[in-house]
Amino acid sequence: MASVSTPSRQAAAGSRRAGSRWAAATDRRRSPGGAGWLFATPFLVFFTLFLLVPIGIGLWMSFTDASLTGHGDGVFVGLDNYTEAFGDSQVWQTLGNTVWFTVLTTVPLVIVALVMALLVYTGMPGQWLWRLAFFASHLLPVAVVFQIWSMLFQPDRGMLNSVLQTFGMDGIAWLTDEKYAMWSIGLVTLWWTVGFNFLLYLAALQAIPDHLYEAAALDGAGAWRRLWSVTLPQLRRTTALIAVLQVMASLKVFDQIYLLTKGGPNGATRPILEYIYDTGFTNYRLGYASAVSYVFFGIIIILSLAQLKIFSRRED
Amino acid sequence: MTTETLSPRTPGKPRSTMPREVVRRRRYGGHAWHPTLGTGPLPRVLTLLALALMTVIWLVPFGWGVDTSFKTEVDASASGADWIPKAGFTLDAYRTILGQGNLPVWAVNSVVIAVCVTAITVTISAMAAYAFSRTLFRGRRVLFAVTIASIMVPPQILIVPLFRQMLAMNLVDTYAAVILPQVVAPAMVFILKKFFDGIPRELEEAARIDGAGSFRVFWSVVLPLSRPILAAVAIFVFINTWNNFLWPFISTSDPQLMTLPVGLSTVKDSTGLRNAQESAASILGSIPLLIVFMLFQRQIVRSVATTGLGGQ
Repeated sequence: MASVSTPSRQAAAGSRRAGSRWAAATDRRRSPGGAGWLFATPFLVFFTLFLLVPIGIGLWMSFTDASLTGHGDGVFVGLDNYTEAFGDSQVWQTLGNTVWFTVLTTVPLVIVALVMALLVYTGMPGQWLWRLAFFASHLLPVAVVFQIWSMLFQPDRGMLNSVLQTFGMDGIAWLTDEKYAMWSIGLVTLWWTVGFNFLLYLAALQAIPDHLYEAAALDGAGAWRRLWSVTLPQLRRTTALIAVLQVMASLKVFDQIYLLTKGGPNGATRPILEYIYDTGFTNYRLGYASAVSYVFFGIIIILSLAQLKIFSRRED
Repeated sequence: MTTETLSPRTPGKPRSTMPREVVRRRRYGGHAWHPTLGTGPLPRVLTLLALALMTVIWLVPFGWGVDTSFKTEVDASASGADWIPKAGFTLDAYRTILGQGNLPVWAVNSVVIAVCVTAITVTISAMAAYAFSRTLFRGRRVLFAVTIASIMVPPQILIVPLFRQMLAMNLVDTYAAVILPQVVAPAMVFILKKFFDGIPRELEEAARIDGAGSFRVFWSVVLPLSRPILAAVAIFVFINTWNNFLWPFISTSDPQLMTLPVGLSTVKDSTGLRNAQESAASILGSIPLLIVFMLFQRQIVRSVATTGLGGQ
């Protein structure tokens, strides 16, 4: 990810320079090598046990026919799971749904968050209330989001359709019509998660140095001009980071879809993580589920590297 | 980038060259202009209207949930958008839910799990970050590179092998199964290391000359200087753990071990005939974190701002 690797390279370069001087100063008195291991060990133990080992187990399982019901670890089947995955129409459909969801949600989740932050940043009285209103929904557990929106979405007696009917429109089968289901999920997701991006934007706005605005004002720039020529250009880097994070987060969608539609109607909203879950934990095919996980992982890695490349080029 | 605002070397944004009075008036919405707002009353009124409209839109769904929780079941499943129920408001739904449900158990589980995960994550991440930032053990560069690279691994793709591992370790349906996989947070190690890198080495060297060992330096010099970033990381981890759904959902099937998000998702039936009770349970399940947010808004906002971009 862009956010991670660029600063880390700088940090690493910086600490190497400072580190050698410091090392020379301290090495004479003590060698802190042993202490370093002592400090790093607890993290490294957990890191190995619950990240590296599962990555290895998953990779191994993806080459076997391991199942949740069978004993032992399954029989080695070579690349069979991967061949099956690439020919599996469900993999392609759920992958397509995931990408569609990502496209559908990323743009509004960035733009609405930016609008909210710009409005709040104007310094209107009631900061506490605005921040609470826009961010609080992000703090709700997914089950609460599910409860509230399944009431609002109810086709025959729900609130949204009652409102539509008062305006003389027909009610919509929000979650049960293939045409609308993903849009409804997108709406819920926007409402639920936009507050996070809003806070990131608000922090970025507050970090813009005052003197830029002062210089612009002295040059006779009006409010719109300052917005276009100072604020938005200053936010470019933040926008890039938020967009990258949002794409990554949207690709991993599962919770709200699983609860609201179970992937229906007719598989129209089923994301790939739900396919992995269904394959592994409902159909007990752990080996195949692992293979699909790794295909998905590969796609995420490729997308991350592509984004990294695009954004690092733009920054030059 | 946002971590810089908390770095001990950067005291925030560059100081303004404008007279203090102007800055003050501008910040607090006096008569002077605002960076993103014109002079005159019209932009202010329009901004306020836009803010109020968006706030209402964002609060209505939650408000509807609260409203429903105070209705009788008949009114709660009635058609339409009546905010004032025909049979009047009632606390019946809350009484029923608190009398029969597992809600208190789930709340306790959520607290135990979120507190454990946060405590362990902050402790081991801070120690590792200190090791990577300030000590010279063999292999430190490779290990740090591996840690950074692993930020790219989405935990969601590991659910299958992790579950298999929990079966093998005989941990399924225990607190340990829910907690342990959640304490690995390479992004938090990265954030903390970046912060530790910014702490002046002179302070540490002074302590070492006074005879302090590595642990002493960590405990009495580095940690006290890092309180804001430690708080930011802790808040971020706590909220994420509290609301985490997928892993607790997979690793627990015993209702006595479920967290709030998982437990609440199991009580909903599809008929909509228990809307009031289900809403009451939902409201009770959201209250803890909402109260925490109202009390610590400033810290939470800062936590998201400092850890959000690097910590996902």
